[in-house]
Amino acid sequence: MIGEKPKGVLAHVALAYPALMLGVFFVIPFGMMVAVSFFHREPGGFYITGFELTNYRNLYTALFGRTLLFSLFIAGISAAVCVSLGFPFTYFITRMRRRVQVVWLVFLMSVLSLSEVIIGFAWSLLLSRTAGLSNLLVWLGIMDKPVAWYPGFAALLFGICYLAFPYTVLVLYPPLSRLDPALPEASLTLGASPLKTFFTVIVSSLRNAIVAAFVMVFVFTLGVYLLPQILGRPHHWTLSVLITDQAIYQTNMPMAASMAIFFMVVSLLLVFLTMVIGKRKRIET
Amino acid sequence: MAGLTLEDIHKQFGSVVAARDVNLNLPSGQFVCFLGPSGCGKTTLLRLIAGLENPTRGRILIDGDEITQTPAHKRNFGMVFQSLALFPHLTVGENVAYSLRVRHVDKAAQRKKAAELLDLVQLSGYMDRYVSQLSGGQRQRVAIARALAIEPRLFLLDEPLSALDAKLRESMQLELRELQQRLAITTILVTHDQREAMTMSDLVVVMGPDNRVHQMGSPLAIYRHPADTFVADFIGSSNLLEGTCSGAGEIKIGTERLIVEELADGLSAGTSVTVSIRPEDIHVLPGIEKGDNRLHGTVSFIRDVGSSVEIYLNCNGIQIISQSTPKGRPQVRQGDKATVVLPAAACVVLKS
Repeated sequence: MIGEKPKGVLAHVALAYPALMLGVFFVIPFGMMVAVSFFHREPGGFYITGFELTNYRNLYTALFGRTLLFSLFIAGISAAVCVSLGFPFTYFITRMRRRVQVVWLVFLMSVLSLSEVIIGFAWSLLLSRTAGLSNLLVWLGIMDKPVAWYPGFAALLFGICYLAFPYTVLVLYPPLSRLDPALPEASLTLGASPLKTFFTVIVSSLRNAIVAAFVMVFVFTLGVYLLPQILGRPHHWTLSVLITDQAIYQTNMPMAASMAIFFMVVSLLLVFLTMVIGKRKRIET
Repeated sequence: MAGLTLEDIHKQFGSVVAARDVNLNLPSGQFVCFLGPSGCGKTTLLRLIAGLENPTRGRILIDGDEITQTPAHKRNFGMVFQSLALFPHLTVGENVAYSLRVRHVDKAAQRKKAAELLDLVQLSGYMDRYVSQLSGGQRQRVAIARALAIEPRLFLLDEPLSALDAKLRESMQLELRELQQRLAITTILVTHDQREAMTMSDLVVVMGPDNRVHQMGSPLAIYRHPADTFVADFIGSSNLLEGTCSGAGEIKIGTERLIVEELADGLSAGTSVTVSIRPEDIHVLPGIEKGDNRLHGTVSFIRDVGSSVEIYLNCNGIQIISQSTPKGRPQVRQGDKATVVLPAAACVVLKS
């Protein structure tokens, strides 16, 4: 064997605790969910053990397909918006003085402390016709009369991005602050304009970090289920909403479980695909 | 020859002054070194020339054209950074050809030019490697080739050799000097290493911790005729003796009389001065000999490093270091009484 193997029991003890936690709080519940997804639903009751593919077969509906696509679509758009706004934003923060950086990071952290519920209701208020920001614009004389900016797709997208933006910045911050400031300077002295430098040097050399941030926001956004109900219309509801509905209101656990697993598999495939594309591009250039 | 002109350049970061009232005129085709201790503003000066910083005050001209407000990407000055700043996501060839890619030169021409430049810096065949696969010296060459790819009007180097080990650094110094002479390109190198500055440059600009330019001249002129005590002390090693001017061509060091050949203007009797003498100009004689330009003391230490001998003497509290070749070694031993001869021609008198 090449390389040193950890010796004795002690070396493994350190790993035991996280392994135990992971087992208890992730592997076992996940296993249970997989099992339940094959169980038989008992209408009026809960479920009875068994093995059948009915729950997966029942996924094949127009509603499920449409909702699945919409969930992936809005997660993808949110991730794109967050990364394309968050990347330049983080870059400019990292070029500021240390003190200013700290102020910005503390501000972002405080946004992180808000829960999805608070953010959802706060924005529903701010985007409403009766008490929202449009009243402010009317008062300033920019608009004629107050309008409702929610519920709708734009409001939902805005809410999700507001929620995910601080995470995007926190993921991008370490690689961007490690970027050698001489790299963009070298590009300038070689005749590239500041804009060109931003894309060919800063963005290109941090492609991996950008892909990682994109995947993170994408996965994070897939799990959002309160915001679509608060800021969106029923046809903006995501799969997470549908799963909750099945599990809690229809008491159809096997159906909810099969939906969740199918959703997870599709998402993982997309994430995997994104990573592969991200990697291939790096080698080609 | 017009070259590069800095007029009354002043640079301040908040309340911190980085360069103070700099006036320089650097003729084209020369190899110029900005030499000074760390924090003296030499790198800032280079960055001002490159256009990476804007001066608080003053003008920069090249061949008579003002470029003070020209942004860095329009100056066409090649620069090698201290960190080298090679692009990690590009291959060696792509790094070198980056400036051509920015100018939309076609791919084949890019590769051809990159190959030429890699030949020039003796890195043929490294075209398709990544920068992370190269050694320190090879990265150095890539950075040089990349900066030369734009056929720069001015070639700027910011302590590029400081990360290399001593042997490699010396061979790179010679190589860089040779390259500069072959291409006849005006070059400015920033360094804190006075040996490096002496080895490579036509002109040395010495900057001090007060962020001013203290002296500009050929390496030998600066070594032989330092403008002030800072330069005398910073360039090579020097014996600095405190004294007072006591008449025409006469200095008193304590009670001893020192005859000197040259006296700077404005030095009248009674002015306190510093006399700078290089260790290799000082002779040591065994025993006590009276006379002008002589100090007397005890040999406190002898350092024999083979190629040269340094004798440390204590003359009434003043430490004098003399250097001689092994052949010309004076017949003294540690603890002996000795006479130090300070030749008039070698004494440089500086205002204290």
